[in-house]
Amino acid sequence: MSVLADTMASGRGAGAHRPWLAVLHDWVVTVDHKRLGVMYVVSGLVFLAVAGLEASAMRVQLAWSGLHIVPPATFNQLFTMHGTTMVFLVGIPIVFGFANYLVPLMIGARDLAFPRLNAFGFWAFLFGGLLLYFSVLGGEGLYGGGSAPAVGWFAYAPLTGRAFSPGNSTDYWNLSILVMGFGTVATSINLIVTTLVMRCPGMTLGRLPVYVWMMLVVSGMTVIALPPLSAAQIMLLLDRFLGAHFFDTQAGGSAVMWQHFFWFFGHPEVYILMVPGFAFVSEIIPVFSRKVIFGYPMVVAASMAIGLLSMSVWAHHMFAVGMGAPLNAAFAASTMLIAVPTGIKIFNWVATMYGGRIRFATPMLFACAFIFQFLCAGLTGIMLAVVPFNWQVTDSYFVVAHFHYVLVGSLVFTIFGAIYYWFPKVTGRLLSERLGRWHFWLFVVGFNVTFLPMHWLGMMGMPRRIYTYPADRGWDFWNLVASLGVLFQGAAILVFLVNVVLALRRGERAGNDPWDAWTLEWSTGSPPPPYNFETVPAVGSRRPLWDLKHPDDPDGPHE
Amino acid sequence: MNERGRMGMIGLIVAEGSLFAVFVVAYLFYIGKSLNGPYPKDVLELPIFNTVCLLSSSITIGVALRALRSGATRRSGVWFLGTIVLGVVFLAGTAREWYRLIVEHGLTIGTNLFGTTFYSLVGLHASHVIVGLVILSLLCVFSFSGALRRAHIERAEIASWYWHFVDGVWIVVFTVVYLVGR
Repeated sequence: MSVLADTMASGRGAGAHRPWLAVLHDWVVTVDHKRLGVMYVVSGLVFLAVAGLEASAMRVQLAWSGLHIVPPATFNQLFTMHGTTMVFLVGIPIVFGFANYLVPLMIGARDLAFPRLNAFGFWAFLFGGLLLYFSVLGGEGLYGGGSAPAVGWFAYAPLTGRAFSPGNSTDYWNLSILVMGFGTVATSINLIVTTLVMRCPGMTLGRLPVYVWMMLVVSGMTVIALPPLSAAQIMLLLDRFLGAHFFDTQAGGSAVMWQHFFWFFGHPEVYILMVPGFAFVSEIIPVFSRKVIFGYPMVVAASMAIGLLSMSVWAHHMFAVGMGAPLNAAFAASTMLIAVPTGIKIFNWVATMYGGRIRFATPMLFACAFIFQFLCAGLTGIMLAVVPFNWQVTDSYFVVAHFHYVLVGSLVFTIFGAIYYWFPKVTGRLLSERLGRWHFWLFVVGFNVTFLPMHWLGMMGMPRRIYTYPADRGWDFWNLVASLGVLFQGAAILVFLVNVVLALRRGERAGNDPWDAWTLEWSTGSPPPPYNFETVPAVGSRRPLWDLKHPDDPDGPHE
Repeated sequence: MNERGRMGMIGLIVAEGSLFAVFVVAYLFYIGKSLNGPYPKDVLELPIFNTVCLLSSSITIGVALRALRSGATRRSGVWFLGTIVLGVVFLAGTAREWYRLIVEHGLTIGTNLFGTTFYSLVGLHASHVIVGLVILSLLCVFSFSGALRRAHIERAEIASWYWHFVDGVWIVVFTVVYLVGR
């Protein structure tokens, strides 16, 4: 822990050993973007462990037909909490935590535009998350998971109505996400303003690191797509507490309306989580291929196209609702259209690697696995966009397999790559490459063993959200395989934890720039001082550190 | 700071606009879907006076800013006060309308879909008027106390954008609720 303590203490430039209460106080009252970023990512990882345990409990229950390890009601709570946690308490805080940490450093700024608003965003997220998990203690106490919500992460009406979900379990879901939503919108506005206003001299929009460009797009999507969820949640609150009828079908309300509102947020949300993953690998792949990113303008344009198109595809989650042929066709077409900019990016990454001197360090390993697994996720995504096929596999394990290839096989892989890449910057210590490779291979094997068979289970007709299944369906074998994969994934996470602890205790000193990288954050100390840069940097190209290291051959003339 | 403030306020307005858009869409979608009365055409009256008050408050806040720019802080305080009075009159009008609807016509948020969408959309707007009035009160008090000076004109301007936004939303709400929905 000594390095962490150093990191903490260096925030104030004080001596190495401060009393823990003073250190805690520093972290609670901080408005520093780096500390808030670290707190975001660490709390996201803690929630990742919790959500992983919830998933493991479900896989134990489903390992063979007819098991009675987890009761049905608890199983409903488990998949609700797992989904909600992964999206709102893991994905969002980790991607915005990284943006908090990296965006000011990458554009040569001292902090975000509104540091106190930034602190508000973090605490709104953390207490929203704690409120969600307080539901496990609320109501009936720990018995059967207390009053933890059991309505699914998308909380479809009319199940969420007072009549069908009595008690306060649904209100925990509703209020905690409402609170977190306000915090996330505030942070997004903060990131947009920071990127547009706080760039250092020479950092024109055309020279922004691709990561910053993509986070700008993500923040824009968040500002437009998240408030509709808040609005729908306010309506749900009014329904549940004041007897309004928005989603009350008995009084003429519409349950489908909730689905529209929810997915108008929910699908952009997928890209709000995935584009930061694209952003991580767009920084990692060039550095470990020793080449500039292939087609910078196209990568940026494709991100913007994804941002715009993501607002027009939401109802592909609702093909089975009965919207009618014209709407189904329109949303199928827009969904296939969004595959174009996404495909462009895959070509950009592959073309960046092509002919490069590739170093297969751990971040690069994760990036490579990401490209392959994301391709699989994209292909099943296009399959699901075909309405008749969608009708066959809707609400089956095929869908579960698809979106876990997106959110785990792509997002979580890029997050681990990003952690291995930026850990030395944040702590000043390198993570072990040897343990990193163990982590990577265990995770690749475990992930694919768990989720690849789910495609087949879905094709064989196994529905989502069932707590058990009869023995005569032929689903037992692949379910057992899927459950065994969890062991490998768990082992991978343990290796990762050991790696982090060992690196913090006695990891190799990283120096300012361990990867020989090119963006501004590597020009300052590791960890960066509270003021980030001693002198305001001036930038002449997209790779300011390349220019610094190669004054004879600067990038500018080639761009 | 001012460039940051401007961009930040634009971001807030976009997010709020997105929030209101969903309530407006819900209102439009549920027009005519109430299973029982009272219906909008029977009970709603055009709030012309209210609307004139709120819209003219956008002019008075502009005059207040103009006074502030020329350094006449007391005069700007008076105009801020006038803006507050117009906003309060608007809120009082809404309160009277709600009282009439609830007590005379028995329309509450739980009566039918019209009540559900009407009270939530108009109420969401009214709650934004209240937030705007808090901001205006600060501007007003600080003008009279001398804490708000010519140097702060740009900050005051950014605050006024929020008020203009609240006014603009009312035009949409008025159109949807009282013209289209009646």
